[in-house]
Amino acid sequence: MLVNITSILKNKRTEILELWMKNQLSNPGLADDLISNQDLRSQSADFVNALVNNLNENNIDNPNSSDFDHVIEILGGISISRARQGFSPRETGFFILSLKESFLEILNQEISDVKDLFTQSLRLSRLMDNFTILTFETFIKGREEVIMRQTDEITDISTPVIKVWDGILALPIIGTLDSARTQVVMENLLQEIVITGSSIAILDISGVPTVDSLVAQHLLKAVSATRLMGAECIISGIRPEIAQTIVHLGIDLSQIITKATLASALQYAFKSLRLEVKRSATDNKLFNKTQY
Amino acid sequence: MDRIPILKMGPFLLVTIQIDLYDRLALDLEEDLVRMVEKTSAKGVLIDISAVTIVDSFMGRILGNIASMSRLLDAQTVVVGMQPAVAITLVELGLPLNGVSTALDVEKGMALLQSKMIFDEEEEQEEDDTAAN
Repeated sequence: MLVNITSILKNKRTEILELWMKNQLSNPGLADDLISNQDLRSQSADFVNALVNNLNENNIDNPNSSDFDHVIEILGGISISRARQGFSPRETGFFILSLKESFLEILNQEISDVKDLFTQSLRLSRLMDNFTILTFETFIKGREEVIMRQTDEITDISTPVIKVWDGILALPIIGTLDSARTQVVMENLLQEIVITGSSIAILDISGVPTVDSLVAQHLLKAVSATRLMGAECIISGIRPEIAQTIVHLGIDLSQIITKATLASALQYAFKSLRLEVKRSATDNKLFNKTQY
Repeated sequence: MDRIPILKMGPFLLVTIQIDLYDRLALDLEEDLVRMVEKTSAKGVLIDISAVTIVDSFMGRILGNIASMSRLLDAQTVVVGMQPAVAITLVELGLPLNGVSTALDVEKGMALLQSKMIFDEEEEQEEDDTAAN
């Protein structure tokens, strides 16, 4: 006759938890700096209780059963939080695999018939393997979310539009310009032009590592769009190597005002706005002013 | 039938497009505007498209046409108040409207037209001077 595996697990849940904790703590790869012993215990206890409570003879062979929804929810939560905390995949995998080991050890103690033991172990193994796969899926999903968020943040951070003077905007571009970033840069720039009513925009490309024909095309697009809005666009920060590349590639930037440095671009902008930067009359006066 | 009003302001013509242009309307505008330039012998045309949110290649071409036609009749064209989305669309469509002058708003557009007129006058003056000498 078949042994009732679920009742064994229910009766032995404390032993299982202890065994599981022992297994987890004995793992040399455990990142005890990322999670405290207490948190680990409460996480483990939650999971064992949820699993044992929801397990019965009917659903043990069917890991997709809706009885496991709560278990999967807990497991997903643990897995995602571990991904965010920076656990390695090995540690996360060991979490669930060590539970399987504990289960099998308990079954080994409780079931004497070898044939029976094998059948039951296999059933339980299958179920636990399924949970393991699920853990990994959620773990990777969590990691991907982290990466996506960072990508978004980088895009936001790397395209600031700075108002350097009344009517003059500067936009230092740092990093490679691809189509998606050009779109963001262009939208930010044009939006800012509308808001501030600026008539000159300086695109500084000193932070762009390489300029190929595609990047140049993106730059040309940004300049054209700015011009259509009714503002002028100056490209500054062209390094000698980049000037060489541009000429060797045969890219025509003759329609665009280009300057070597942001300073000379700013000078040009001042000139076209008929502004002048003057040193104040004498040092003496300046000194007197600063004293007050 | 809808018509876009063309207002005369001194030596300039002011057109404010308040609705999204459809093809027929744009063609009518082109025709009316050229007639008006001829009739008033205007020196400049200011087209305000700040309310236009949708643009297609046809509309882009019409704007270019208006500028070219006006230039033939000795009038400068300035397009003002283009929305960022419209500017991006035109560039993506490959219509950078190279022959058209642009400005941020009507005020700046007017200033631009005025400065262009002064520039033209100065040039004429110079020509006269050289002719006199």
